[in-house]
Amino acid sequence: MADTPNRWRRFDEWDDRPLRFDRFAVDNAEAGFAVFRSPYDPDASVGIAGGKVVMLDGRPAPDFDIIDEFIANHHLDQDVVEEAMAMDPAAVARMLVDINVPRAELERLARGMTPAKLAEVVGSMSALEITFAYAKMRQRRTPGNQAHVTNAKDDPLQLAADSATAVALGFDEIETTMRVASNSWSNALACTVGAAVGRGGVLFQCSIEEAEELQIGLAGLASYAETVSVYGTERAFIDGDDTPWSKAFLTAAYASRGIKARCTSGAASELLMGFHEKRSLLYLEARCLCVQRAMGVQGTQNGGIDGAPLTASMAGGLRELMAENLLAVWLGLECASGNDTRVSESEIRVGAKITPYLLAGSDLICSGFGSVKKYDNSFNASLFNGEEIEDYLVLQRDFEADGGLTPIAEDRVLDLRSRATEALAAVFDELGLAIVDREMISSVIFASGSDETASFTAGEATQISERIQADRITALDVVAALARRGFRQEAENLLLMLRQRISGDYLQTSAIIRDGHVISAINDPNDYAGPATGYRMPPARWDAVRGIRGTVSRESVLATEAVGDHVPASSMRLVESGPATQGSDKHEVVIGISPAFGEKLHRTTAGHAVSDVLAALMAGISEGGGKPRIVRLRHTADTSFLGLSAARLSGSGYGIGIQAKGTSVLHQADRLPHLNLELFSNAPLASLDHYRALGRNAARHTYGEKPEPVVVPVRGEALGARFHVRVAMLYAIETDLVDPAAAPVTIDILHDGA
Amino acid sequence: MTAMTSPANPLDLYPVAEKAPDRVQTPNGLKLTDLTVEAVLAGKVKREDIAITPQALMLQAEIARAAGREALARNFERAADLVRVPQDLLLDTYELLRPGRAVGADALRARAAELRRDFGAERVADLIEEAAATYERRGLFAKRF
Repeated sequence: MADTPNRWRRFDEWDDRPLRFDRFAVDNAEAGFAVFRSPYDPDASVGIAGGKVVMLDGRPAPDFDIIDEFIANHHLDQDVVEEAMAMDPAAVARMLVDINVPRAELERLARGMTPAKLAEVVGSMSALEITFAYAKMRQRRTPGNQAHVTNAKDDPLQLAADSATAVALGFDEIETTMRVASNSWSNALACTVGAAVGRGGVLFQCSIEEAEELQIGLAGLASYAETVSVYGTERAFIDGDDTPWSKAFLTAAYASRGIKARCTSGAASELLMGFHEKRSLLYLEARCLCVQRAMGVQGTQNGGIDGAPLTASMAGGLRELMAENLLAVWLGLECASGNDTRVSESEIRVGAKITPYLLAGSDLICSGFGSVKKYDNSFNASLFNGEEIEDYLVLQRDFEADGGLTPIAEDRVLDLRSRATEALAAVFDELGLAIVDREMISSVIFASGSDETASFTAGEATQISERIQADRITALDVVAALARRGFRQEAENLLLMLRQRISGDYLQTSAIIRDGHVISAINDPNDYAGPATGYRMPPARWDAVRGIRGTVSRESVLATEAVGDHVPASSMRLVESGPATQGSDKHEVVIGISPAFGEKLHRTTAGHAVSDVLAALMAGISEGGGKPRIVRLRHTADTSFLGLSAARLSGSGYGIGIQAKGTSVLHQADRLPHLNLELFSNAPLASLDHYRALGRNAARHTYGEKPEPVVVPVRGEALGARFHVRVAMLYAIETDLVDPAAAPVTIDILHDGA
Repeated sequence: MTAMTSPANPLDLYPVAEKAPDRVQTPNGLKLTDLTVEAVLAGKVKREDIAITPQALMLQAEIARAAGREALARNFERAADLVRVPQDLLLDTYELLRPGRAVGADALRARAAELRRDFGAERVADLIEEAAATYERRGLFAKRF
């Protein structure tokens, strides 16, 4: 760390935090850095004459660019325009958060609003209001999530294992892409097989150039696409090599092949491409979303996406990303709500970014949660990654919010990874694509990431990919291969996905497949209308969500904390020898032990045997010239009162109270209960030396000295998080043994084998 | 369309695979219940069978419209137009619609006419003609590379 002179050193420390890798931009509309409103944004307006839109957001029809034109022709509902455009934006914003105004009514009004009007309404809402409105306006009632499954080697075996793992984690969609473009067919087939292992029924896609993606989809090796990018300025659109008409055509083309499609757009993409027209991020995104609704696509991947980090660099940027997601669902679109690109190096910002979405729910909370490790993610690191999946699972549990994921058991994962790799090996063998040996499989099953595998390389994947394409292999061939080799359930799961294509049910808005059934905004519409409505986790789902790994129960604590009536391995035993009386020795220090100390509880939270702690205290007292005496106190388990009672029995007036968990106090007889001399409140950090020093200090007090108090160093550990579950359960054992009428008892120490 | 009459509310047919499986079939006439692993192993399911039909798309359009999703319904109808358009022509038409690909509005209009004539793709043709007019006004026929 730098140690800069004449500077508060806290700034040096702040400089070293991960947050400081993030860059923060100053607003500058001229340069395109305007979040909600730019002086160059038009005022909302619309003109209609003779059944034609002749003006849109201040621009007359002859000057319409391709986006204006498409919105005028296909988005604006002329039956609603006059009513909707005349409404006060603040009044509309209030309707968005009003549980008494139905979603359908707001969607009707949105069809009569121009981009500038829509942006004005959502731009006026606070982050909290946007979150609430999003919970009400999102399309499907049941929330879902999407995974990225990729790896740095394009290794098909790992893709299959990781796809099966992602399915087990609960993801509804799997998106893959390649390091090497020519590996697309291999990637798609591997993910197809992996996604069929376990519960199956997951939509999958291979992100690549449109023509290739359509071919892969046609072969049944992809079931959805989300590469239909849309931009908010004409020049960005053209630079992206498309127009609203070409994208509308492409969207229809996907549907004609039975493939679910969603568009992609997000704040700051125009800024990244250099064609922002000095307009605000939100206004340009409103144009994108109106175009998407107009195209008739069912949904959008929206909320920054590639532009998310740039948006997050601006003041109010995260509120903007939420606002554009709200626009998407208000326009009736399925929303895969961003939260994919990692917007920050700060874990705090990452956690804060996801929280509103967890609370509100979303059709797909992340449009790409990195189910693999960061370095294996060929889309680049996601907001959440393989490293952080358990953090996400705990956030779901904390807020009792369904983020779409489910904890997985260790043995179950190994079964699935083994099954997936063996299934793919069988398919490769059956279709003459490659030979897989045991070593490759076992390296993949246990690997957390591709650094650890001894499997296919990217170059070998290319050969497999070319053969799949050359042999015109389809998902039907894969079904047959799986079935022939005994992977019957996987064959059934894959065939289920192909059967869905015939009916086209998953082409409808917000469709996903759960337990073999399509659920979408049609048959599972979000019906949130205030408390006790909308989505609530069913009991079985909540049981799954809260069943995270490593929970602590009373039984598990008691089993591991050496609890019970047995005497643990120790050199000393505590034996009662009658009622304790008032001491008279001027240098006596009484140690008052708690009801369960050495009786039912034998170890402190720091892991010391209570006998060792007692020995350290006594040795310290003796070293300091005092006389230790041990008394069992059963009338209380509270540290302060243990200490005070001990002090009052002590001939010197000084005593030490100690609980079995190790919390101890040095007290004096004429003090108030909670005004002690010294306290070890953080028992997990107290060493035997600390206890010994405490004993010595107690003895020195009996000589009228004022020794330097023992300080147990605390380095800011979250001790409550680490220990309080155990402490609460252990302390309950102490309080169970409390008998308010019990008198103090003298304790003798017997040394075994002495 | 099938000879069956539509019930009052198309939403009651959704999901079609569960509520009205008889309303859809594969291009070769297989029913959903015919798509079994045994049938695949016996070679009775062809690669052409894993495809959606115009009838299924029109049914989904009806459902979308009944759910108040007019724009989505129109997309499904355009998709129904495109089902029988061969893959190469489909991709070539997409390519033609990209900026700077067609040399002029006539090329787009000719394609629209072809799709209308050969495939009855009325709605897609309308979309392409609309694009032709806009591209002309905005000068998008200039070669980009």
